[in-house]
Amino acid sequence: MRARAAFSLNRVGAMIERYTYLLRSSWPRLLEMIYWPAMQMFTWGFMQNYLLGLQTQGKANGAVMAAGALIGAVLLWDILLRGQQGFSFAFLEEMWSRNIANLLMSPLRPLELILSLMAMSLIRLVASVLPVALMAMLFFGFNLWSLGLAFWAFFAVLILFAWSVGLIVSGILLRYGLGTENLVWSLMFVIQPLGCVYYPVAVLPSWLQMVCWALPPTYVFEGLRGLLVSHVLRADLMLTGLAIDAILFAAATFGFFRLMASARRSGGLLQTGE
Amino acid sequence: MLQSTCPPLTIEGLTKFYGQTLAVGPLSFSLSAGSTTGLLGGNGAGKTTTIGMIMGLIEPTQGRIRVFGHDMARERLDVLGRMNFESPYVDMPHRLTVRQNLRVFARLYGVEDINGKIARLASDLALKDFLDRRNGSLSAGQKTRVALAKALINDPELLLLDEPTASLDPDTADWVRGYLEAHRRDRGCTILLASHNMSEVERLCDRVIMLRAGRLIDDASPGALLARYRRDRLEDVFLDVARGRTKDVSEAAS
Repeated sequence: MRARAAFSLNRVGAMIERYTYLLRSSWPRLLEMIYWPAMQMFTWGFMQNYLLGLQTQGKANGAVMAAGALIGAVLLWDILLRGQQGFSFAFLEEMWSRNIANLLMSPLRPLELILSLMAMSLIRLVASVLPVALMAMLFFGFNLWSLGLAFWAFFAVLILFAWSVGLIVSGILLRYGLGTENLVWSLMFVIQPLGCVYYPVAVLPSWLQMVCWALPPTYVFEGLRGLLVSHVLRADLMLTGLAIDAILFAAATFGFFRLMASARRSGGLLQTGE
Repeated sequence: MLQSTCPPLTIEGLTKFYGQTLAVGPLSFSLSAGSTTGLLGGNGAGKTTTIGMIMGLIEPTQGRIRVFGHDMARERLDVLGRMNFESPYVDMPHRLTVRQNLRVFARLYGVEDINGKIARLASDLALKDFLDRRNGSLSAGQKTRVALAKALINDPELLLLDEPTASLDPDTADWVRGYLEAHRRDRGCTILLASHNMSEVERLCDRVIMLRAGRLIDDASPGALLARYRRDRLEDVFLDVARGRTKDVSEAAS
């Protein structure tokens, strides 16, 4: 009857069950997960078709070869964005419903909460990116799965970074309240220009390139362009990206626990409003 | 499981500062097993902060809290399964049904026969009619009963209640008090109850701890407090404490 002090997969499962009930109970939440990635995919997919048309007519140079990377970049960007939002939204739901004290007062360990948020991030990703990837195949002939092993390397780098950002955002929410909830939506968009989603790092000023190379997504999008244009997967890029990810994830976990401890000191866990 | 001879709750020199402002303390008391103790005080007296510290949601500036012998600063995860709480500052997900909410908390607390437990609580707390309705669609009284069901889902040995009948109509509040009385009698759990409601405290508590500005002003049974303050009603004792008339009382008594 008594909950054991040890790590419990059952408690992680309970949290996943809780978030799944929530998703199932709200069709706007389900719709939102698909419609925005789909809109992005269509916008950039038509842009890609236009650029490829210019190239065929000889009105564009060889650089437009990279246009084939546009739709791939859109899909990978959605993995990054949706991965972070899936993590952060699940946490935000606890804040909105003033349930966080119930959870932190229960035998649920913070690590179990984090694992359940990661699992929900993956579940939401499957629900949002999978249909859009199928649409990309159907409408634009881009098969994300044809990237093979490279896709899983890209995925690993992106999802780890998404969780790192999700952890920090959740920690900030816990410490500073719902007044900071805009970070859930907006923080990743700061990463977009620096992550070189749609253009090579080389086009940026040299001082900014150093910042870009400190971000794991840069390695993914450079790797994607290299793969589609030169048909070569740069393993060194992926390994460097993963190494930086590991450091950032450890730092984000540490930051989350520090922010939680700070919220405990300030009394913020009991009154999680604005 | 730790030795059952340890008091359910022991507090030693508990103090909380927010910046330079003293919110609680230093506060020391201990609860005996199976007792119901009222934590009484006006707004800002430190009741919720004290309960928050006991739950581990607020970090004390100084002092020590032991629950069944476990130091809450270091071993709270070992003992959280043996306690539970209800507070008006906390809610449950509105979009989940009552049954779904209780099911999730039952799993978090490691309850074995989840469906049987929910059925028993639904019967005891009269939840059957709205067990499959969303929490957000319930009335205040229904929500309070659901919150109580959540607080009892793991048959806690230590139950912390922060104003459990606040915002309830007199009929529902009376029903909740009756249920708590019966639960304590049947299950023998220890209850710490923060309240403004004097009739509630008189009816439920065999001991009252009175706080003012975070400090312990008095600690006795309701009967002893009435005698000490020469009052007929606990409400008058409350007013004496809230308005700082304790010094006059102690002088008169001596």
